[in-house]
Amino acid sequence: MLKNRIIPCLDVKNGRVVKGINFVDLKDAGDPVEQAKIYSDGGADEICFLDITASNENRDTIYDVVDKTSKKCFVPLTVGGGVRNVEDINKLLNCGADKVSINTAAVQNVKVVEDSSRKFGSQCIVVAIDAKRKNNGWEVFTHGGRNPTGINALEFASKMEKCGAGELLITSMDKDGTQSGYDIELMQKISSSVNIPVIASGGVGTLDHLVDGIKSGASAVLAASIFHYGTYSVKEAKQYLSSKDIPVRI
Amino acid sequence: MNVTIVDYNSGNISSVINSFKEVAKNKVNIKVTSDLEKIKSSDKVVLPGQGSFKSCVDALNNINGLVDTLNEFATNNKKPLLGICVGLQMFAEVGYEEIETKGLGWISGRVSKIDNQDGKFKLPHIGWNQINIVKDSQIFKGVKNNSHMYFVHSYELVPNDKSVVSATTDYSSNIVCSVEKENIFGTQFHPEKSDKTGLKIIDNFINL
Repeated sequence: MLKNRIIPCLDVKNGRVVKGINFVDLKDAGDPVEQAKIYSDGGADEICFLDITASNENRDTIYDVVDKTSKKCFVPLTVGGGVRNVEDINKLLNCGADKVSINTAAVQNVKVVEDSSRKFGSQCIVVAIDAKRKNNGWEVFTHGGRNPTGINALEFASKMEKCGAGELLITSMDKDGTQSGYDIELMQKISSSVNIPVIASGGVGTLDHLVDGIKSGASAVLAASIFHYGTYSVKEAKQYLSSKDIPVRI
Repeated sequence: MNVTIVDYNSGNISSVINSFKEVAKNKVNIKVTSDLEKIKSSDKVVLPGQGSFKSCVDALNNINGLVDTLNEFATNNKKPLLGICVGLQMFAEVGYEEIETKGLGWISGRVSKIDNQDGKFKLPHIGWNQINIVKDSQIFKGVKNNSHMYFVHSYELVPNDKSVVSATTDYSSNIVCSVEKENIFGTQFHPEKSDKTGLKIIDNFINL
């Protein structure tokens, strides 16, 4: 039976983990490689890096991080943030990323999704959609949630599936950072309207939120702060899900 | 000992390289090449594969003499070869992804789209699934039945002769996920991404 995935996400800036805190076994809280290794040893089903490096001069720092992580972690590694074109995707894959997530570039130019999925296979192309409630639906935002696009998130999700995305990473901007749980209605609507797996993101504060995320129809749940700040370990999260009869890999 | 990972522009093979180097440490020499002479002189060959069946077969054919060299290695000289994902799928006689495409023909059968029961099951089949070991394969030495492996695929190998099947996995149907035919081994899942159990399978192959 296929298991539901738990994906811890690390925000990386200039090659360092943002706001790293010191876990007991950690020598350097800011080192993304060490953090990722702790997650994979703890049973993370995948690792996700979100590169939030703002300046172009420091963009290359992520390649080094990916290269080092992929030599130590033998679970799938997804990398996103600032991916502009097919060449960026190629570089990340060559450094050892298994999947690349595309956000703003997918909205600006669908050919990036079409060309990269044809060239590298759908299995490594994740389209990340940042969605915010508007009237009776959700609107797609780009540039880390700063720019509204006027595009309907449900329609965009279906379009990305047709363009060759292998998975969709859906983040609710209303919920992100609130620790009040995923936008369940958004996850339900998108999961039921596409045939590719959906990863739920944005708003996790408790382990019950992870349970709700899976029940909404998402194939995987992504969380950053609950793992990052040590509120729960990946292992605790998996044991909790299992106790709620949600199939996970233990 | 030399183990060669065939680099034929089949997409992203860095994870395969990293995992083999991790397992091999300094005991075994891991080469990454499409050089025919180097492949011929190897003790073992790994055939990775990402993307579509057609794109991988085309990429193999684009390197002059590569298919003949692999045939000689695996079917004449009977040296150990491991196919991963589309690498395994290409063992079949024919694949139906994009367009009907001839495979290597080492295993009688075809590669067709997973029946997802009219959308009841999502495709690709992505994530960790358990394997049912149905044959005592050498690459599963020390691997417990029902171990979790990482999958990502939308197509499956359907062999005519079920005796080559060494493991299956349950999704929308019972899917063949590992084969062994004499010296030819293949996994539909990604041992290089399947954590410690996956590395164990790689170790078993290296130590054959």
